[in-house]
Amino acid sequence: MTTATRIFSRRAALALGLALLAAACAKSPSELDNQLGAGAGGAGAATPGSAQDFVVNVGDRVFFDTDSTSLNTEAQTVLGRQAQWLALYPRYTVTVEGHADERGTREYNLALGARRAKAAQDFLVARGVTANRIKTISYGKERPVALCDQDSCWAQNRRAVTVLNTGG
Amino acid sequence: MRKLVRTLFAALAAVAFVTAAAPSNAEITININGGNVQPLPIAIPNFVGGADTAAVGQQMAGVIAADLQRSGLFQVLNQASYVDRITDPNAVPNFQNWRAINAQALVSGGIVRAADGRLQADFRLWDVFGGAQLAGQQYFTTPENWRRIAHIIADAIYERLTGEKGYFDTRIVFVDESGPKGNRVKRLALMDQDGANVRYLTNGKDLVLTPRFSPTSQVVTYMSFGTAEPRVYLLNIESGQRTLVGNFPNMTFSPRFSPDGNSVIMSLEQDGNANIYAMPIGGAPARLTNTAAIDTSPSYSPDGSRIVFESDRGGNQQLYVMSAGGGGATRISFGNGRYSTPVWSPRGDLIAFTRQSGSGFAIGVMKPDGSGERILTEGFHNEGPTWAPNGRVIMFFRDSGGPNGGPQLFSVDLTGRNEQKVPTPNFASDPAWSPLLK
Repeated sequence: MTTATRIFSRRAALALGLALLAAACAKSPSELDNQLGAGAGGAGAATPGSAQDFVVNVGDRVFFDTDSTSLNTEAQTVLGRQAQWLALYPRYTVTVEGHADERGTREYNLALGARRAKAAQDFLVARGVTANRIKTISYGKERPVALCDQDSCWAQNRRAVTVLNTGG
Repeated sequence: MRKLVRTLFAALAAVAFVTAAAPSNAEITININGGNVQPLPIAIPNFVGGADTAAVGQQMAGVIAADLQRSGLFQVLNQASYVDRITDPNAVPNFQNWRAINAQALVSGGIVRAADGRLQADFRLWDVFGGAQLAGQQYFTTPENWRRIAHIIADAIYERLTGEKGYFDTRIVFVDESGPKGNRVKRLALMDQDGANVRYLTNGKDLVLTPRFSPTSQVVTYMSFGTAEPRVYLLNIESGQRTLVGNFPNMTFSPRFSPDGNSVIMSLEQDGNANIYAMPIGGAPARLTNTAAIDTSPSYSPDGSRIVFESDRGGNQQLYVMSAGGGGATRISFGNGRYSTPVWSPRGDLIAFTRQSGSGFAIGVMKPDGSGERILTEGFHNEGPTWAPNGRVIMFFRDSGGPNGGPQLFSVDLTGRNEQKVPTPNFASDPAWSPLLK
């Protein structure tokens, strides 16, 4: 995680302009959060059904507006892809981690993260993923992936991350 | 003697005046060095000791001086300015020599090793202009405990001269934060209120948050992540024994003791909502709120009859007060912004809170009916107030933000004018102030 964060920070700094592209923002932390991609070839090389496939080709996380738990169109698209992928690979169970940015108080953010995880879980269930395959946990604001003092970073921290638990 | 006492009461009266006169919604600019309170000049020579106790006598005077100075109510005179020495702590001092340096109060003390190996400390508090003794006391303690005696003496001086209980013989439990921001190691830590004697209560393997003392200061309730759901625990400070509070299938968080210490109040997360439960230690939980909202950060009134908490049931975080048995709640916060982390003062007269508005986070106080709101400090990020046991000082954490930033502890008095950084070994957050130690 430490290394991943450092790499991400450096990358974010180098690619300041590119960081404005939402897609790029969304993918970079996904790859690195899960310690994937390193030495495993590019996105195209991911084995179908692997954790890397899920992170790189499906997208493991969705993002939220400030103090919001609503799933926007892009988030719904990503979660829809997750549901399809999980239908293809029933050996996986998942934990949806809810996170908040640092611009809130600690206890409220724990509850807000739980709400975000629940929103993502509900969407996956509505798209056919069995409820007992999905656990949720909230980390509040305790696990940021982007560390600057701007909304470009805070926006990446307001997230629900679907983490694969078994199989693969 | 009368004159001296009156002088300090006048200072406190000035505090009260400032309190009442501040406009309720103004965002006061904090001037740390300003203030209307005229600190009382006090001389604190080193405690007189023998060959084996002179060093600790000097250290004790230093601890007492630091406590009183940080309160903002005293001006401890520089020892270099003293024209007289205390050689016999039990003799009446030559007041003329202390008037010469404009000391209004004088502390004389002695420290010797008793026959049984313990330290014996004596102190006397003198009214320099009145020429009279105001207080005097003798204490025995084990040698390693000398700092506590110094704090107890500072409390005795504070109480004698202000008429208020002191708060120096107290501890802080907090979250020690080390390592990079993206991968913080958080440990529960305990220290004296002045930052001395830091001791770690957890090893950093599990993420731990929001420790709070029991009324006896012997037990801490806190939240810990581990292999299972994040949950609320009790930790006995002396024995290290850890106990799970309740047995819920979901996350429990935001714990705080009841004033009698017999139960813990906390939030339970369920289906994306958070409701407040009272958990009698070893008993069955009682559900106190029932909303499709985030109800959290509960804090009892000191008489145990009411609970203040935050809820976003009205759309965003605001403060509410309800009966200790639950039921209907009355919103008390109506200013600009989101209000959170309410904590009832041990005196019962005020509720401290975090207020988020615009781009900043402020610490403020209001009366339990929501009136008289005042902001004590504000900036990029201030959060999580906790009260000194006398209800005159608030500690909180301030985060500098940024990739390498982190939280640090600060204290501020009720005037908002005496703000002090509280020393900690690393970054630190979630301070909780103990009651006066027994």
